[in-house]
Amino acid sequence: MILLRALGLMLVFLMASLLPSNAAEADLRAIIAKFATGTGFSAIEAVVRELAATGDPLVERPLAALAEGNLYIRKADSMVFVGNEAGDSVSLLDPLSGEKTGDAAKTDITKIKVNNTLRRVIRDALGTLTLRAKDPSVRIAAADTMFKTPDAANIEPLDAAIAAETDAKVKALFEQARAASVLVSDKPEADKLAAVALIGARGDRDALSLLTAVEANAQGAVKDAATAAIASINSSLALWDAGQNIWYGISLGSVLLLAAIGLAITFGVMGVINMAHGEMVMLGAYTTFVVQQVIRTSFPGLFDWSLVIALPLAFLVAASVGLIIERGVIRFLYGRPLETLLATWGVSLVLQQAVRSIFGPTNQEVGNPSWMSGSFDVGQLAVTWNRLWILVFALTVFGVLLYVMKRTPWGLQMRAVTANRRMAASMGIRTPWVDALTFALGSGIAGIAGVALSQIDNVSPNLGRGYIIDSFMVVVFGGVGNLWGTLVGAFSLGIVNKVLEPYAGAVLGKIVVLVLIILFIQKRPRGLFALKGRAVEA
Amino acid sequence: MRGNFSTITKMFSAGVVAAGLSMSSPAKAAEDTIKVGILHSLSGTMAISETTLKDAMLMLIEEQNAKGGLLGKKLEAVVVDPASNWPLFAEKARELISKDKVAAVFGCWTSVSRKSVLPVFSELDNILFYPVQYEGEESERNVFYTGAAPNQQAIPAVDYLMSEDGGSVKRWVLEGTDYVYPRTTNKILEAYLKAKGVAAEDIMVNYTPFGFSDWQTEVSAIKKFGSAGKKTAVVSTVNGDANVPFYKELGNQGIKAEDIPVMAFSVGEEELAGLDTAPLVGHLAAWNYFESVDTPENKKFIADWHKFIKNDKRTTNDPMEAHYIGFNMWVKAVEKAGTTDPDKVIDAMVGVSVPNLTGGYSTMMPNHHITKPVLIGEIQADGQFETVSQTPGLVMGDEWSDYLPDSKDLISDWRAPLSCGNFNVATGKCGGKGTN
Repeated sequence: MILLRALGLMLVFLMASLLPSNAAEADLRAIIAKFATGTGFSAIEAVVRELAATGDPLVERPLAALAEGNLYIRKADSMVFVGNEAGDSVSLLDPLSGEKTGDAAKTDITKIKVNNTLRRVIRDALGTLTLRAKDPSVRIAAADTMFKTPDAANIEPLDAAIAAETDAKVKALFEQARAASVLVSDKPEADKLAAVALIGARGDRDALSLLTAVEANAQGAVKDAATAAIASINSSLALWDAGQNIWYGISLGSVLLLAAIGLAITFGVMGVINMAHGEMVMLGAYTTFVVQQVIRTSFPGLFDWSLVIALPLAFLVAASVGLIIERGVIRFLYGRPLETLLATWGVSLVLQQAVRSIFGPTNQEVGNPSWMSGSFDVGQLAVTWNRLWILVFALTVFGVLLYVMKRTPWGLQMRAVTANRRMAASMGIRTPWVDALTFALGSGIAGIAGVALSQIDNVSPNLGRGYIIDSFMVVVFGGVGNLWGTLVGAFSLGIVNKVLEPYAGAVLGKIVVLVLIILFIQKRPRGLFALKGRAVEA
Repeated sequence: MRGNFSTITKMFSAGVVAAGLSMSSPAKAAEDTIKVGILHSLSGTMAISETTLKDAMLMLIEEQNAKGGLLGKKLEAVVVDPASNWPLFAEKARELISKDKVAAVFGCWTSVSRKSVLPVFSELDNILFYPVQYEGEESERNVFYTGAAPNQQAIPAVDYLMSEDGGSVKRWVLEGTDYVYPRTTNKILEAYLKAKGVAAEDIMVNYTPFGFSDWQTEVSAIKKFGSAGKKTAVVSTVNGDANVPFYKELGNQGIKAEDIPVMAFSVGEEELAGLDTAPLVGHLAAWNYFESVDTPENKKFIADWHKFIKNDKRTTNDPMEAHYIGFNMWVKAVEKAGTTDPDKVIDAMVGVSVPNLTGGYSTMMPNHHITKPVLIGEIQADGQFETVSQTPGLVMGDEWSDYLPDSKDLISDWRAPLSCGNFNVATGKCGGKGTN
């Protein structure tokens, strides 16, 4: 083994001597070769530091690969390669040039393991190296890393980078990173005070974290300045926190609205206590899964469109199942709520177990398209894309449904049948079909809710179980038979829940909300927006 | 409202399932077989985890039969479905023991289901193998605990995070689902951390309900707690389905493992299968087994499993290994005792040693817990764990935690002459009480 390693090293030197023009590269190769000889994380860390110390931009490739877990050692000759996994084999690339040098079976190479500490070291090292990168987002990432891990040694490269920087936004971030480093250096007090002011103006959690550390270690004027800056950041963050809770509440409200909106039709408009409503949501989520599965295997390029494709399909699947349930079970049970409850409950169990038998009991992976991943900042508030899109989607569905109910002939018939069945029948409306289609519409909407919910929850046979209680809660609270009530009910429950949560905790928060609803229903049994008129008494 | 619905659920699912199963359970009952009971939920909320264990048991029994059975007889699996319904667990256990006359039962997942069958096993004197990591504070004569006790999972995990390799963590978030396992584990961890000199304001404990799916507030609270200038980590005892939305929210809010690592005790390969793991690389889990462990025993086990389940993508996990160990221990003890009589097998079990899948031997200790290595793994982009740390030797399961005032004086030794699961060394009496 030692012989082999020596051979490997010799090979490296041999290559180096063939390229006398690039002595620096040979040195780098010699350092990289040490990855193969060191054992344990500390040895690898030492090599990383040595590579970083060269300051050569070439080391970015092997270091980035190492952080990603893509750096391999070939067992035969202890050479180090960047590897790209493809099935059972790995294509090996030269660590410096990135040129392909061959393939290897997975069993012939060993991955160089990294842990979190090592990843952090690499990130810091890359931070300094990528200050001059062409892509501004890479420079921003570098500034961010350097801000979080201040080091007096960073000041010099940052000064150079600030001088060369043209993008004002990146420049400001560099200056903040420099300020962070100044605070841990032995620069004079005046510099440090300016740095505290600069960081205090940044005003976010990272700044707070940094200043808290400064406050603990500094003395005199710097400590006082840090204390003052912390106080001002805290007071502005408190405001943002309140805003954040409201936003989370709106977001939870949109989820509740989506889950409940189908029920607002089947239960709210038709009066069917539909316990299988959650399972319609689940069917929609499984449709999304199947669509994604087909896309993954056959049309990988379409992945970002998977949800758009899944929407109409989920609507159709859930609506047809709803239609079958209505024609097969529910139509015999109109006017008998207890039997309807039990029958639909049985249907829900059948559907759950059917899905469990077909897809298995385990969670299925539904991926987030790129436009639904990650977050962006509004001030100090991190807004996640998936939540934002779900809010937009929920409101759109609500708007469309409202239009259908209020502005189309079908909606008119639906309302007519609900208001007075016999009169509607006398006017020539085929009430059984209106019933069937209304139930199918409610189920279909539950299905498209499933598409959205698959993005934030588990896709498992139990998916619907989690939403059925909340859905009924929203519809009953908002007022049965009133779509606007469902909207207001969903958002008020969401916001109350999320505003309570930071103080009471999730468990107690939920209990408080339930108690409040019970009290409210005692006071107003018909919910927030009660229907008035003769129809109600019928 | 909620209570009513769930009662109806239970009655319904119980009825439906019981009717379905009593027809399907094998009724041939030949005289020359040894029956083995499998008590795992195949429907309801826990089916997601427990169905796999039922399949693993069927595979182990099939393999044993292929090797010629046990004591010259074939083994016969009797599968029942307690449908994630805790009282039904006790009923089904009684049915297995009294009606089907099984020689031993392998089953349960949640602590509450285990607690509900305990009286049945001691009354009818049979054996239960319990394969899941749990909160400890228990040692029963009729139960063999093949999953991890807190000191075989939680304590080493925290030790790792405190070490330099783990990032020298100074501030701790203990995030859990609101039930007995997280509550007791967190009590032990809190006491342990304080004993290690962590200040009370550097520990944040938070609980969420079962199946919780809106983690925005919790994740931002973690972010906030982590911005106090000290290295922060999350120790998660979040259970089951709630994990997927939790990790999705972590990924979306940009909490990276390098900054705030999450150490999970209930997240295994199976949970990750429903998740895009790319944003989670570097988050941690502590178990006694990972599918990625590179040993010949494990390779064979995985190959057998894929063949048995006819699906190359199905993962293996820690509780499966626990059943593998438990089943082999039981086989060995039965061979040693020369009979399947539970009393004799219980006595023969202590000291039995069988290979585990991580390249060593696990031994049944007198407290009915086993010795295991503890592995810390990091989540990889392919949904597997990569071991980053491993205890140098085997860790013996400690049923009564040394860090809880109620249980620190208790020990358990089921060998004669002591034969006591809760012996108080301070008072010299059998019959101490733990924390729950």
